[in-house]
Amino acid sequence: MIRVSGAVKAYGATRVVDGVDLELAPGGVTSIIGPNGAGKSTLLSCVARLLELDGGTVTVDGLDVHRTPGDVLARRLSVLRQDNHLTARLTVRDLVGFGRYPWSKGRPTPDDERHVVEALAFLELEAFADRYLDELSGGQRQRAFVAMVLCQGTDYVLLDEPLNNLDLRHAVAMMRLLRRAADELGRTVVVVLHDVNVAAAYSDVVVAMRDGVVVHQGPPSQLMRTDVLRDVYDLELTVHHLDGRPVAVPVL
Amino acid sequence: MLLAVAVAAFMTVDARGAWAFVLPFRGVKVLALLLVAYAIGVSTVLFQTVTENRILTPSIMGFDALYVVLQTTLVFTIGSARLAAVDPHLRFGVEVLLMVGFAGVLFRWLFTGARRSLHLLLLAGIVLGVLFRSVSSFLQRLIDPNEFAVLQDALFASFNAVDTELLGVAAVLVGAASVVAWRGRHAYDVLLLGRPTATALGVEHQRAVTRVLVVVAVLVSVSTALVGPVTFFGLLVAHLAYRVVGSHRHRHVLPAAAMVAAITLVGGQAVLEHMLGLDTALSVVVELLGGLVLLSLLVREGRR
Ligand SMILES: Nc1ncnc2c1ncn2[C@@H]1O[C@H](COP(=O)(O)OP(=O)(O)OP(=O)(O)O)[C@@H](O)[C@H]1O
Ligand SMILES: [Mg+2]
Repeated sequence: MIRVSGAVKAYGATRVVDGVDLELAPGGVTSIIGPNGAGKSTLLSCVARLLELDGGTVTVDGLDVHRTPGDVLARRLSVLRQDNHLTARLTVRDLVGFGRYPWSKGRPTPDDERHVVEALAFLELEAFADRYLDELSGGQRQRAFVAMVLCQGTDYVLLDEPLNNLDLRHAVAMMRLLRRAADELGRTVVVVLHDVNVAAAYSDVVVAMRDGVVVHQGPPSQLMRTDVLRDVYDLELTVHHLDGRPVAVPVL
Repeated sequence: MLLAVAVAAFMTVDARGAWAFVLPFRGVKVLALLLVAYAIGVSTVLFQTVTENRILTPSIMGFDALYVVLQTTLVFTIGSARLAAVDPHLRFGVEVLLMVGFAGVLFRWLFTGARRSLHLLLLAGIVLGVLFRSVSSFLQRLIDPNEFAVLQDALFASFNAVDTELLGVAAVLVGAASVVAWRGRHAYDVLLLGRPTATALGVEHQRAVTRVLVVVAVLVSVSTALVGPVTFFGLLVAHLAYRVVGSHRHRHVLPAAAMVAAITLVGGQAVLEHMLGLDTALSVVVELLGGLVLLSLLVREGRR
């Protein structure tokens, strides 16, 4: 269970996360959507203790993320950030291997190696495993970072726009992978997405943010309504049903 | 291998006079140079890791200038007469402690807060370096000439005039710092990924950086006390080490940096001092090469 209560994060006088209360039950896929600058990444970083809060608390399975020792938390919760750039020159395999650090502390066991190989396979990275990250395309690099996060093998997985740079096939593969992680491995996946249709198709719960607050939370069926989407995006969208699935289309 | 050759050359080439005199005399010097090489190599690599760049080094950021300021201030406030009565080991210990304290506060503030741009940090380093150097020379001017003579001993150590008195303590300090550094070798690999990712992987960034800065402060104190400030040597050997190893892993890079530094320093000194009979040349050559490395790095960084 991820429990956010009264979370506030301010830069100067601007509160970019402005008193968020949120409870996410274990298991399943939760999407966070909202316009640019809504505070999605900031909230996610606060949950993953990458940013200090200016008010409120975040607990994961009852552990206060800002108080719990970092290595304990690293075995429960992993996070992919929106931008990942490295100063060090690493191969894909090295990067993915770092995902095992919370468990191996730098001395990988055969079990750790197995996780790395699996993660590389899941993200179809075998062909690039020994290439340096700066020799990859944007989408391949994005997959390498996701592989590292999955390799960490934590119960809670937070991903900030994992579909960035991915082509359609890999985007679908990624969402299926997250679904499987939730359904087959019992992981709790929280993912920031921009495409409401993707969010609706693959998540159990959708959280919509705007101006630092949560404006909507519920199953996709409740989100996919013209009035709700208008509140979130200030945009007129008509919702159609294709093969029983809701699809939002902007009014031309 | 190369190192052994370098050491042997340093010990034997152009040795005039009784072996019984030459060997211990040069032996002590070699030990000191090895210690210095090790301290500079290791401290530079660690520093570059925690600051997430390959351009800044402790000496570029003014670490050794800070040490000189502390030395000078100590002479200035306590007076050389009283200071001379103090056991040099104790004095060295106090200096190192002060250094750790000051460097800890100052550089921790610079490097653990919000992410700052490389150019800002470089500028800060240059400003700090100039500041420390001018404070030192200002104080040195105020000190009366007799006192200054005492300081001079400490300050004008160089590759040729190694201050060997402190060798024992220096070795102990370096040993202790190395144990701390070596135990963190896997965590340093993770620090290369940057603060957010390191945090996500469970490395307490602030604590790790602070610990590294303490280790660096100790190592820089040792090398500055033994041979005085050297600005670009660290940069030179760190980059040679990165090239030689071609891996990011500290368990390979750290020994390589120490090794490269030792070979360069002892070998260079052997060639220049004993074969060519040049006295001050090594520091000049090293600083020139190191300076060129810095320039080329900055140019490359600018192009990106
Ligand atoms: N370091 C910072 N200093 C000042 N303001 C910041 C900082 N980081 C983020 N902000 C501001 O906080 C607000 C929320 O940013 P955040 O990155 O959380 O948005 P987001 O919802 O993830 O947007 P996007 O969809 O574009 O990724 C934005 O208005 C942004 O300008
Ligand atoms: Mg964002």
